[in-house]
Amino acid sequence: MSATAVHAGDHGHDHGHHHKETFITKYIFSQDHKMIAKQYLITGTIMGVIGIMMSIFFRMQIAWPKESFTIFEIFLGNWAPDGVMTADKYLALVTIHGTIMVFFVLTAGLSGTFSNLLIPLQIGARDMASGFLNMVSYWLFFISSVIMVISLFVEGGAASSGWTIYPPLSALPEAIPGSGLGMTLWLVSMAIFIASSLLGSLNYIVTVINLRTKGMSMTRLPLTIWAFFVTAIIGVVSFPVLLSAALLLIFDRSFGTSFYLSDIFIQGEVLHYQGGSPVLFEHLFWFLGHPEVYIVLLPALGITSEIIATNSRKPIFGYRAMVASILAIAFLSTIVWGHHMFVSGMNPFLGSVFTFTTLLIAIPSAVKAFNYITTLWKGNLQMNPAMLFSIGLVSTFITGGLTGIILGDSTLDINVHDTYFVVAHFHLVMGISALYGMFAGVYHWYPKMFGRMMNKNLGYVHFWVTAICAYGVFFPMHFIGLAGLPRRYYTNSEFPLFDDLANVNVVITMFAIVGGAFQLVFLYNFFGSMFFGKKAPQNPWRSNTLEWTTPVEHIHGNWPGEIPHVHRWAYDYSKPGHDEDFVPQNVPMKDGEEEMHH
Amino acid sequence: MTTGLLTFIVLILIAIAIWQLTKIFDLSQAKADNSQVANDKDNNINGYLMMGFLMFIYVITIISFVKWGDLPLIGISASEHGPQIDTLMIISLVLIFFVQTVTQALLHYFAFKYRGKEGRKALYYADNDKLEFIWTIIPVITLAGLILYGLFTWNEIMDVNMDDDPIVIELYAQQFNWKARYAGEDNVLGKANVRLIDLGDNPNILGLDREDKYAQDDVITQELHLPVGRKVVFKMRSQDVLHSAYMPHFRMQMNCVPGMITEFAMTPTVTTEEMREEPKIIDKVKRINDLRAEKSKALIADGQDALEPYEFDYLLLCNKICGESHYNMQMKVIVESKEDYEKWMAEQETFGKKK
Repeated sequence: MSATAVHAGDHGHDHGHHHKETFITKYIFSQDHKMIAKQYLITGTIMGVIGIMMSIFFRMQIAWPKESFTIFEIFLGNWAPDGVMTADKYLALVTIHGTIMVFFVLTAGLSGTFSNLLIPLQIGARDMASGFLNMVSYWLFFISSVIMVISLFVEGGAASSGWTIYPPLSALPEAIPGSGLGMTLWLVSMAIFIASSLLGSLNYIVTVINLRTKGMSMTRLPLTIWAFFVTAIIGVVSFPVLLSAALLLIFDRSFGTSFYLSDIFIQGEVLHYQGGSPVLFEHLFWFLGHPEVYIVLLPALGITSEIIATNSRKPIFGYRAMVASILAIAFLSTIVWGHHMFVSGMNPFLGSVFTFTTLLIAIPSAVKAFNYITTLWKGNLQMNPAMLFSIGLVSTFITGGLTGIILGDSTLDINVHDTYFVVAHFHLVMGISALYGMFAGVYHWYPKMFGRMMNKNLGYVHFWVTAICAYGVFFPMHFIGLAGLPRRYYTNSEFPLFDDLANVNVVITMFAIVGGAFQLVFLYNFFGSMFFGKKAPQNPWRSNTLEWTTPVEHIHGNWPGEIPHVHRWAYDYSKPGHDEDFVPQNVPMKDGEEEMHH
Repeated sequence: MTTGLLTFIVLILIAIAIWQLTKIFDLSQAKADNSQVANDKDNNINGYLMMGFLMFIYVITIISFVKWGDLPLIGISASEHGPQIDTLMIISLVLIFFVQTVTQALLHYFAFKYRGKEGRKALYYADNDKLEFIWTIIPVITLAGLILYGLFTWNEIMDVNMDDDPIVIELYAQQFNWKARYAGEDNVLGKANVRLIDLGDNPNILGLDREDKYAQDDVITQELHLPVGRKVVFKMRSQDVLHSAYMPHFRMQMNCVPGMITEFAMTPTVTTEEMREEPKIIDKVKRINDLRAEKSKALIADGQDALEPYEFDYLLLCNKICGESHYNMQMKVIVESKEDYEKWMAEQETFGKKK
């Protein structure tokens, strides 16, 4: 039989595993969810390196104000003439650090990687509902990343008005140089990013609803999938609002409208704007901005649920309560945005309402934390690096979450709003927690992604140094915040009042430098293991979920034969009546065996 | 360029060397267990490290409290509503540290206690409605208390009215400084709009309406003087971008928004002089001056001027990112006796006279 005949004969199939793939269709314009996941992960990692380096640079400026560093000359060029960072470029670094970490690393890098990798594999689907849209989603993300990076090099510098880009500062190039071309590119980049995120989210939602294998009822879904599914819904609800906010800002900037601007006198001239309000922008921004916290956090919590259960060799405690908390958090997350605006000048009555809804969200969060702790209780904990990062996540989630009680309370927010207390709070509760979730996910699913194991000893070193440095950086920040130190100050030396906090800032920066440097251990392990790592067995962590029933070598369509059917939930670890301490989801029930969760 | 390339090559070589070393280390471990999956030894080491880490969290908490926990910003406030905020803050902090201490202990202790051991089976324990109900209802009750307390205080603080004969003062923000405008004899601020700003020979820097009779007795100043014990109603205005009027000692903050007027009312209760006598402030000022003296030594050795010694003053800071010099947008606030205040006010020129 000739090769052409084989090819023709195969044409009717749509699994496509016999398709001949070129380098381009396999590695670049791939429609395979596993490859797209890896593309997201590597792009996110590169953006993460940029974002973390920026934070180390501006931390150095805060600790040793206006000092000259050769490293600034090398990396920052004309942002730091003679190695001294300028005041407006300090703000540019702060702005782009925030933007990159929140959106490019912890939204696209985290959700994009693990939703793509795990949704089809864990629900038993051959691929995403639309492989093509999935590919488009990644490439839009890639383009938006490139534009964001390009914006660092344009005249006037990158956007410099904080990642929240409040107008008028972000609207007027007269107000700060970064609000020129840099800001335009920021907005273009984010608009494309939002399109990417929406395509991705719609795909996840449709896939979870329609493509579950036989037996995979919603109540048997692993918590990872619940988290990704609900995250996608939050994204679809809230990202379009940011898009509209950005579009209106583009109109104000370029076409002379006055949605956000009114009565402005700047650089000796009155501008024509009349009747708009920056507070409108704040509402629109935080209508995405707050749900965004949970877009970042929920996938990390989902990943943690899965990893803690697997490595505790125990069912996740309170599966139903965990799902209910995810849903409650998702719902509440859309009605709490005003707690970012207690002192914005909005009606104080709204402040009361938002205090109420905000403190409510502490309840499902507390339930989740308690359930994680109970899952550990009487377990048989396997201290793999992924498990360490998951436990670390619970720890920072508690530490960071608790101070939310202060910031969510409008009365207390008056005095700590926009101080370092806020910086400490959100870095611990969403930044570090989500980053830990991402690390945990990488260590846990690396064998699935690359067919090799990461080195565990390097993983341990990475975790412990990171854990210590994360607390070292963010814990003392609470106190300088309580002492009234405002965030986003280029230097505190203009205020002798804060002189006695200078040494705290040096300590913080030291921890930041060490913590940042040790991420190299991770990068080294990550890239090195791709080539030199030990070949992975099919199910290294002896896990129950379906992704570990696929072959180690990736194939299109995931399973060579039939898709496995599901007979039980994902958490039958150490179930009495079974010899092994895990029972994969595709193992049929024994005679008389009961599903033990309700 | 060559040095860069060389450094790069050396780094790559070091990286490969480390990798080989870890491989040797892996191989030298018992029975050449190279699965990269945690074994009992890993579980043990990391279990103990978990307890170590718990200690680290406690130690850093204690250090932070001892070294930096002496916060003049909690405890001594200089306004009438301040103590209410402080009480709520202290209640919240105590609660937070209690929960933090207990939950972190449980988390890390369990991670240590139940560290894996070959052959042991975990407890199959999936649900307990009673337990979950308990840890849902406890946060509900606690938070309900905090919410109620917070809301009452909030409504009281944010109720800006003209009771008790307050002084009306406009806080005017621009890149990168503050101005205060006193409403004058009539206690009514004259009309103003940025479109009337005139920076010419006869300046009108805040854009007051020259025809408005209420504007004539307005007084524009670079320092904020307040008489102790008298309520002040602040009206905030910004001419360019968002700013935030932050007076931490008075537990006061409100954004200044171009195109609208925002408000905050408060009564200062402690004069600047009295505050300088507070033991906590004396301590803080001493600490700061010790640091400044040390820094001055280095400066003098370098041929530069020494730093001025620091004296405590209340401040108005900008606390909303507003541009390049956001970090240095401040105004001195002086709380003084009624007599001193009136004396100072009498020395000021009114807007009408300046014309």
